Amino acid sequence: MDVIVDVKRHAYDELVVLEDITMHVREGEIVAVIGPSGCGKSTLLGIVGGILKATKGSVYLEGRPAPDCLNPLTFIFQDFALLPWRTVEQNVALPLEHHRLAASERQARVADALQRTGLSDFAKALPKQLSGGMRQRVGIARALVVRPAVLLMDEPLSALDAQTRDLLMEDFLDLLLHERIAGIYVTHNFHEALRLADRVVVLSRRPGRIKEVLSVSIPQRERTQKAAQIQLADLGERLWSLIRDEASVADREVIHE
Amino acid sequence: MSEITANGPALRREVDFRGGGFMAVPQPLYSWIAFAGIIALWQGAISWGWIDPVFLPSPASICLSLWQLVVSGDMWKHVSISLQRIGTGWVVGTTLGLLVGITMGLLSSARAIAMPLVSAIYPIPKIALLPLLILWLGIGEAPKIVTIASGVFFPTIIATLSGVDAVPRNLIRMAQSFNLPMRSIIWKIMMPSALPGILAGFRISVSTALILVVSAEMIGAQYGIGAFLLTAGNLMQSDDLMAGVVMLSILGLSIGAILTALERMLLRWR
Repeated sequence: MDVIVDVKRHAYDELVVLEDITMHVREGEIVAVIGPSGCGKSTLLGIVGGILKATKGSVYLEGRPAPDCLNPLTFIFQDFALLPWRTVEQNVALPLEHHRLAASERQARVADALQRTGLSDFAKALPKQLSGGMRQRVGIARALVVRPAVLLMDEPLSALDAQTRDLLMEDFLDLLLHERIAGIYVTHNFHEALRLADRVVVLSRRPGRIKEVLSVSIPQRERTQKAAQIQLADLGERLWSLIRDEASVADREVIHE
Repeated sequence: MSEITANGPALRREVDFRGGGFMAVPQPLYSWIAFAGIIALWQGAISWGWIDPVFLPSPASICLSLWQLVVSGDMWKHVSISLQRIGTGWVVGTTLGLLVGITMGLLSSARAIAMPLVSAIYPIPKIALLPLLILWLGIGEAPKIVTIASGVFFPTIIATLSGVDAVPRNLIRMAQSFNLPMRSIIWKIMMPSALPGILAGFRISVSTALILVVSAEMIGAQYGIGAFLLTAGNLMQSDDLMAGVVMLSILGLSIGAILTALERMLLRWR
């Protein structure tokens, strides 16, 4: 299933946040979106996922999702968005509760999602009993349980420490590649973008417009190799040069609310 | 910390600890010692003739009075009637307050309509309405229960509304992103999330109910703790009067303990 984004404009009152964003995310493709703070990355993801309505423009889905897909566009949140009063398995089961599924299928889906995220032994734990990395695994399991066609990931690793981030990113990549799930990955982090994405979309500062799209031609499985690292470092330099000046302005911005 | 000086060897001194204080440390022993000390001082002041027992009866005579009330069955008669009034008024006021608070939290129009009314009526001492309620509803149980219910209703609305407002938006967005229906979002996300605020509101509303039952019973009742206190006061039976105050304190503590147990049970996840 493809996602076609055609957002002409998105504004909060007078403040134009996004303008002329067009992109086509193909089945199984991972697209990273980076840009300076306040460029509208998360807003764009919200629009793609139907949580926000673009002031002008639309997002389209093309193709049919797999028959077992219950929620084609599924989010993974930066702050995990877990229900603290529910156990891990209850959190993972939440998106299934309003679907007419046999109890056995529901249990099977939950067990499968827990197993794929390494959470089977933590099914009865409460979120407060888990580390940040494990909590995000619950968020990932909750997303996988609906068998999504496209994962919308809003800085899913940014709340984690560097070591956990690296470990989880590799698991994350395995899942995405194995399941052939398309993904839109919003991040500040070049390293993550270049590790995961087939293409990196660079947004300019407000209003966010597509400044450049960089293709990362090295297959994800080979990106940890030394030869690839040099090319990726060059791409990282290129990305940084594209947003450095605007990131500096964004850093000095006074927020008026 | 070490320091190199121009004149001689390094001077070494230990870094002073500056991080003490500002920590709440449970000291249950202090509480009991202070309580026992006050009772002993009070008893001593009366035994040594420093205070006239007509104005302030001794702890021993209050205990005796309480014992007589228990043995005669009068205590249960008064307490049970007060509890019935509190219970009925609290349940009615809380149920309505929860419904209105949730509706205000969910619907902007309901909030716009009800907020000015709630803000205007909430500060009125509800006992001031009792004479009017007696005029409308007669002198029976109804005006007392309505007074308690109205006193409970408004703090419940405010606590519920605050609880609903405090529901993290990211959880609502998460639920919407999985297409959870509105009913599920209310029951599975909003209500459990608002529960700590609602339970905190229960503490306030129960205290209000206790104050109002005593006041209402002082104005128009034959039985109940308020009526008992008024009679004891009119007859200058200060030991009975203080026994009634002790009953109220025990009642308040018991209700508080029940609420604490309820919070522990329902908010284990915190």
